[in-house]
Amino acid sequence: MSQMMEIRWHGRAGQGVVTAGELLAEASLEQGNYFQAFPEYGSERMGAPIKSYNRISDEPVEVHSPVLEPDMVIIVNPNLIGVVDLTEGLKSDGYILMNTPQTPAEIRQRLGYSTGQVWCVDASRIAMEEFKRDIPSTMMIGVVCRATGIVNLDTVVHLTRERLGGKLRPEVVEANVRTLQRAYDEAVQG
Amino acid sequence: MVTSKYMPLDGANAVSQAMRQINPNVVAAYPITPQTAVVQNFSEYVADGIVDTEFVPVESEHAAMSACIGASAAGARVMTATAANGLALMWEMLYIAAGMRLPIVLTVVNRALSSPLNIHCDHSDSMGARDAGWLHFYAETGQEAYDNTIKAIKIAEHADVLLPVMSCQDGFITGHGVERVGLLPDEAVKEFVGGYDPKYALLDTDHPVTMGAWDFTDYYFEHKRQQSEVLNSCLPIVEAVSKEYEQLSGRDQAILDCYGMDDADVAIVVLSSQAGTTRSVVRELRAKGVKAGVVKPRLFRPFPATQLVDAIKNCKAVAVMDRAISFGAMGGCGPLFLDLTSALFNLGVQLPVVNYIYGLGGRDTMPSDIASAFADLQEIAATGTRGELVRYLGLRD
Repeated sequence: MSQMMEIRWHGRAGQGVVTAGELLAEASLEQGNYFQAFPEYGSERMGAPIKSYNRISDEPVEVHSPVLEPDMVIIVNPNLIGVVDLTEGLKSDGYILMNTPQTPAEIRQRLGYSTGQVWCVDASRIAMEEFKRDIPSTMMIGVVCRATGIVNLDTVVHLTRERLGGKLRPEVVEANVRTLQRAYDEAVQG
Repeated sequence: MVTSKYMPLDGANAVSQAMRQINPNVVAAYPITPQTAVVQNFSEYVADGIVDTEFVPVESEHAAMSACIGASAAGARVMTATAANGLALMWEMLYIAAGMRLPIVLTVVNRALSSPLNIHCDHSDSMGARDAGWLHFYAETGQEAYDNTIKAIKIAEHADVLLPVMSCQDGFITGHGVERVGLLPDEAVKEFVGGYDPKYALLDTDHPVTMGAWDFTDYYFEHKRQQSEVLNSCLPIVEAVSKEYEQLSGRDQAILDCYGMDDADVAIVVLSSQAGTTRSVVRELRAKGVKAGVVKPRLFRPFPATQLVDAIKNCKAVAVMDRAISFGAMGGCGPLFLDLTSALFNLGVQLPVVNYIYGLGGRDTMPSDIASAFADLQEIAATGTRGELVRYLGLRD
């Protein structure tokens, strides 16, 4: 990677969006890259739309300002369509990674994004099957791995086991690992 | 040099990690956004027995600094943290800590002062305290906040300093922003800061002393002169400790962080996180052949006047960026501009300098804003006409 990858996450407060951004940052560190992970702070309340950012680069990240023209937008909550301008500033050769049961073609139409790459995964369904709870944020990193390779799935899996291993029951840790793998495998590009 | 272990940490957590490694005798603190994480993390280390600090959860920041002063006078190594209105509530005690020559280290996670109420970053809190007699460090990144915290202990406690140190970083921008931070090995930090053997301590009953004494028209004036002179003469000690830390960590610790200044025609002087954004713009301008530069003072008090003037004296135009207003000062300028232009005048250097007030209350400053300031500077350099003294960046009309 010779350039900086700038990412904007969209979700709702309480969905683990900020934690997912931090996990992505940590995975970048494991691979020897530089990074930032920072949320946009407003007056927060559960369920409110929130944004969070990542910068990932092979050189130190000096700029300390919000990401205005992201290379990638990760949409954790599909019901934000029409609520927030999800493609604002997104580069024409960028990526949209979306948690949705819909197809990339349908999402392209709904978001009005005809270039770049659109990746869809029904992360909420995977989360309900594996956790019985709609906590889709971190598994979107599985899709980041698949779509770009800026981080490796092995690294993320290793980190997930390390971070959660001490806190959660082994079967819950492995469910987390499984969701990452499933998101990676089940993501569809179009 | 020792090898740092790199971790993804926000700036607040980076400071808590430094505090864990320093393991001070006493921490007295009260939570306030965006400083809360510093003390919250540290109190977990206390609860888990990872440090053996006496943690005093006080009822206000005034009480926090008061408890710090009492503990420091007793002979303890003392640290605390605050922000914004919390620092303002410490006001009375800040002056007392400095006047009593107590080497307390205070982390400030910079935040705007009320009113109106705002939790986001600017420097109005620590800049308002700039005449309180403390040393002031400003950090660009969580890494620098970590490094400055460790250096601050050694500088504050130096036998020829014995003054409190304020170590500042930008609220939210670095305070809550996760970046790659290298931690020195615990043992290396322990060895670097050393044990604390206070020169004067109230608990040292074999050598009784009076502290915070009555001091009227007879000696108050002389004592204030001593206090002023020690702060103004401690720059070589700051430099020596910084050099030592640089050799230990392998990370640059110069008082002035300069980029492009060897041949810069136009330059910006700026503190803290905005220096990084400015440097990225300078790199782009340099690639286009513009001789631009940036100077980031890591230290604001004592003011590195001679070094700063030396750094910019050959420029054709300079902008000073202030994240605070000195209300009622000439043109409504900021404190860094006031100090720097006074230094230029008194050292006999004449060059056009303008002031940009930016980022108040956390207003974003984008690379394009910095680029527009450099465009203004090129215009000033070309025409020799300075124009408006104080300007605003990123302000809506």
